[in-house]
Amino acid sequence: MSAGTATGTAPAAPTVTAVGRMTSLARAELTLIARSRATFFAAVFVPLVLPLSVRSTVEDMDLKAAGLSVGSVILPSAVGFSLLFAVYSSLVSVYAARREELVLKRLRTGELRDAEILTGAALPSVLIGLVQCLVLTGVCAALLDVGTPEAPLLAVLGLLLGLVMWPALAAVTASFSRSVEGAQVAAMPLLLVSMMASGTVVPFEVMPDRLASVCELLPLSPVITLIRGGWTGNLSAYDALAAVATALAWTVVAVFAVRKWFRWEPRR
Amino acid sequence: MNTVRKAVRNTDGPVIEVTDLRRVYGGGYEAVRGVSFEVGRGELFALLGTNGAGKTSTVEVIEGLAPPAGGRVRVLGHDPYTERSAVRPRIGLMLQEGGFPSELTVSETVRMWAGCTSGARPENEALSLVGLSRRSGVRVKQLSGGEKRRLDLALALLGRPEVLFLDEPTTGLDAEGRQETWELVRKLREAGTTVLLTTHYLEEAEGLADRLAILHAGQIAVSGTPAEVTASQPSRISFELPVGYFPGDLPPLDSLGVTGHEVVGRTLRLRTNELQRAATGLLVWAGQTGVELRGLDVRSGSLEEAFLRIARDVSERDARAERSPRPGNPEDPQNPRDSKNPQNPQDSKNSKNSKKKEHVA
Repeated sequence: MSAGTATGTAPAAPTVTAVGRMTSLARAELTLIARSRATFFAAVFVPLVLPLSVRSTVEDMDLKAAGLSVGSVILPSAVGFSLLFAVYSSLVSVYAARREELVLKRLRTGELRDAEILTGAALPSVLIGLVQCLVLTGVCAALLDVGTPEAPLLAVLGLLLGLVMWPALAAVTASFSRSVEGAQVAAMPLLLVSMMASGTVVPFEVMPDRLASVCELLPLSPVITLIRGGWTGNLSAYDALAAVATALAWTVVAVFAVRKWFRWEPRR
Repeated sequence: MNTVRKAVRNTDGPVIEVTDLRRVYGGGYEAVRGVSFEVGRGELFALLGTNGAGKTSTVEVIEGLAPPAGGRVRVLGHDPYTERSAVRPRIGLMLQEGGFPSELTVSETVRMWAGCTSGARPENEALSLVGLSRRSGVRVKQLSGGEKRRLDLALALLGRPEVLFLDEPTTGLDAEGRQETWELVRKLREAGTTVLLTTHYLEEAEGLADRLAILHAGQIAVSGTPAEVTASQPSRISFELPVGYFPGDLPPLDSLGVTGHEVVGRTLRLRTNELQRAATGLLVWAGQTGVELRGLDVRSGSLEEAFLRIARDVSERDARAERSPRPGNPEDPQNPRDSKNPQNPQDSKNSKNSKKKEHVA
């Protein structure tokens, strides 16, 4: 076996691309998620079960007056739960766990760039979230008579914005913890606030106006608004733009915070 | 000793150039204070140092993991921090502590790294280099400490690097594993790999390094080939004074080439730079006088001696610092130049304010 190096020959140009590197990392990360039963359960089953528990509450609401149906409330909520649990919550654990195991530190010594490390590690969760959203949409369409989306582009845009924003928020959250358990605690506030006040359980349309206008600024809210609007077709261009702007603003703030505060090594 | 080889290999300039390197941590602590050295192609350079001397702080900057607070670093002609995409594909490195997901198998770990490494060796080649082939299906968490070190080494070698950084590569290995790693490092060097090694083991540096430097309080205290560093250390002779004899009864110490002496109980310790002359003079005197020198111990200067002397300087300085409010050692040319750059809190272990300034994108 030769222990030789490339000495004497011209230095080889880099042969791996950013996409190749991230794919390689993502594949390993997917293996890890599949092997971690707790993460897998939380990511895959919680978002599938939660919408069912919401259903009875929603059916008691006076939705007709707001121009909503049970389906158009539950479907965006289901997508929201998927983003919260399959993407956000599980990624907070992943980032914290890789940091505490010194994996992030070691990865930074190679050819991977920082953004590639965070993106590559996020890809499996984003993929799970995406598949889950599609499955949930199919299930809702089959069982709840949601009908066809009036403005499908808005719904797609909402989902895509969510799939970019929530990994970034997960990285920010992971920065404010010292351990995997601590990371789960750090994820709770945003998780709870989003579940209660982002229009998932209680639609903005049935909230008092003033409360609704504050809640619409939460990070999950624009995603819910766009997806619900995509289905009902009731969203004005102004409201749609406001939602997109809110989502972009959260994403930009999150990316900025990650660049400034993300911790790549455990605290000692 | 290896000037011939160096002369041949140095034709294209040094592979690693470090000039007046400084590194300051968030709290203002200056861990590296003006370190300069060069490593030629195919050379193995070892950095030794007491704990906290600044070895890892120095190496991290050369590896491009952190920017310097001052000074200049070039690896293969490039700045390893700002031009990392030019440097990283050509270097391999091993940190003091490997970081691998514990639930992946050895094989999965290598495949993951191979996908991130330019010109990666095939998996079985990488694993057989370090003798881990038979462990390829084992999860990383089930590996022994030594096996983890070897996996780390396999990943450092994955891209057939021109420059290899090894931060305490044999810590945690048993004697056999250590020998195997040394053998591998020797082979790599013979094949032309440039190696920068930090280590706690003096024998490791003495046996492997073409040249070495001993760091002390963020500065290079001694450097040169192992032979040069050893030769700069005084040799020692010690023995018990025969009963009824005093140091004054010996031949004049100056005439024996002895540069210093101390008496501890009945034991006399001599320091000399001319070991043969001093020992001969002493033994001739003993023979003529008809006395026995019990516990006679004659030893040439060693790397260990150099290292211990530097470590002793550190503790003496610390003791002095405790007595007087003035920090620092007057014999020690540490001139804390104004390089405290608060904008540069790159730091791996020293401050609470340990935020990386490096950008994510």
